[in-house]
Amino acid sequence: MDTQYPKTIDEAVSALSDGATPLAGGTDLMVEVNFGHRRPDHVVALRRVDELAEWDGSTIGAGVTWRRIELEGPKALAEAARTVGSPQIRNAGTIGGNVATASPAGDGLPFLAAVDASIEVRSATGSRSIQWDEFFLGVKKTALEADELVTGVDLPEDLPERQAFGKVGVRNAMVIATVCCVVTRELDGLTRVALGSVAPTPMRARQSEEMISAVARPSESDLAEFARLVAAEVSPITDHRSTAEYRRHAAGVLARRLLGRCLR
Amino acid sequence: MIVSFIVNGEGVTARVTTPVSLLDVLRDQLELPGSKSACEQGECGSCSVLLDGALVCACLVMAVDAEGSTVRTVEGIASEGTLHPVQVAMHEAGAVQCGFCTPGIVVAAADLFDRDPTPTTDQIKEAVAGNICRCTGYGAIVRALESVAGERR
Ligand SMILES: Cc1cc2nc3c(=O)[nH]c(=O)nc-3n(C[C@H](O)[C@H](O)[C@H](O)COP(=O)(O)OP(=O)(O)OC[C@H]3O[C@@H](n4cnc5c(N)ncnc54)[C@H](O)[C@@H]3O)c2cc1C
Ligand code: FES
Ligand code: FES
Repeated sequence: MDTQYPKTIDEAVSALSDGATPLAGGTDLMVEVNFGHRRPDHVVALRRVDELAEWDGSTIGAGVTWRRIELEGPKALAEAARTVGSPQIRNAGTIGGNVATASPAGDGLPFLAAVDASIEVRSATGSRSIQWDEFFLGVKKTALEADELVTGVDLPEDLPERQAFGKVGVRNAMVIATVCCVVTRELDGLTRVALGSVAPTPMRARQSEEMISAVARPSESDLAEFARLVAAEVSPITDHRSTAEYRRHAAGVLARRLLGRCLR
Repeated sequence: MIVSFIVNGEGVTARVTTPVSLLDVLRDQLELPGSKSACEQGECGSCSVLLDGALVCACLVMAVDAEGSTVRTVEGIASEGTLHPVQVAMHEAGAVQCGFCTPGIVVAAADLFDRDPTPTTDQIKEAVAGNICRCTGYGAIVRALESVAGERR
């Protein structure tokens, strides 16, 4: 087995062009290794690349851990971070790993969708910035090439002041989302609704956004209509965690509740 | 390849040819079986160790990634034959039944008290949220850790 320990992004991407598998916190990768689903024999360990742990204004380095995001992140992303796994998982797991894994249930992803973030990637031959909806292509499928490293996520400079994250799961700690959701609202009413675990990729509920953005002071019946629209827009499946029917219902309830928090 | 790192203050080396976990290396090569192997998927916390000062699941650390690092396991929590206050409190409160979760809880709790000597009950519960106990129902564990916080107030 061969392992590289780069100190810089340049060294890391050159290892990737030799076919190495990136290893960040290991909280997704090692589960697959322990269960015999993957057996990388050439690994590039990213933990020592200080550049990846940089958090420069609106660009969060791929190597920033959930623990740090929990303490320092924008409100709804910090709320999402707080629900990732356990203290052990948050100390090791990174936002870059969450993005590269691209699980439909990735708790960091609805925030990226809600604020229209871009994913910054780099290979030995160049770098590109990929808008979130062109990056997440399907269940655990992304636009990332094998020789490309996620270097960070780029958020807009001005984030909506009102923003909330929520997650429905079978218990409060250590749970993969049945549904997770971010709602943001600007002072002029512009509302964004992004959801996870209800489609192959994180998604925006654009019709619901349009409907509720036009209402300055939503009444109870506006809120009920909003919840109904969100539930209609998602496309969940039934799996070992939940049924499509329950996810659809929960998506509407959760989005409405989070909008309520933004309106308070 | 050979991986070199420090465990509980001593330099060690291990030979790894596959992407095994740090947990396997600790238990099978370094004669440190205190960290338990149960789920191997980060869910139970019985393998909790400190890697460069951060509480992590050793089952999710690829052994090769320990290169050059400092690891502290449950065997390194007591110092010079003196139990850590967390260990004393767990013992006295009867917070140990089968004992399988105990090493992980001791490491997680020792880490908590290192960061915050007087955590609240909620902070205690959050700190051990990644450690599953199938026996005690957690009551005695939380009471034990509350007593450590109480003594330090
Ligand atoms: C017990 C447990 C609970 C969990 N709970 C949650 C939860 O509540 N919510 C949630 O969203 N997730 C959860 N996860 C999943 C996981 O912790 C997160 O997805 C985490 O963010 C993964 O980051 P990592 O650094 O550990 O990634 P790794 O495991 O190191 O890497 C994951 C994948 O991404 C690749 N990769 C890593 N970094 C890069 C990079 N910079 N560029 C390109 N590719 C890269 C790796 O090759 C690998 O394929 C949980 C996992 C466990 C084990
Ligand atoms: S064995 Fe590592 S968390 Fe269960
Ligand atoms: S004492 Fe048996 S699992 Fe905790």
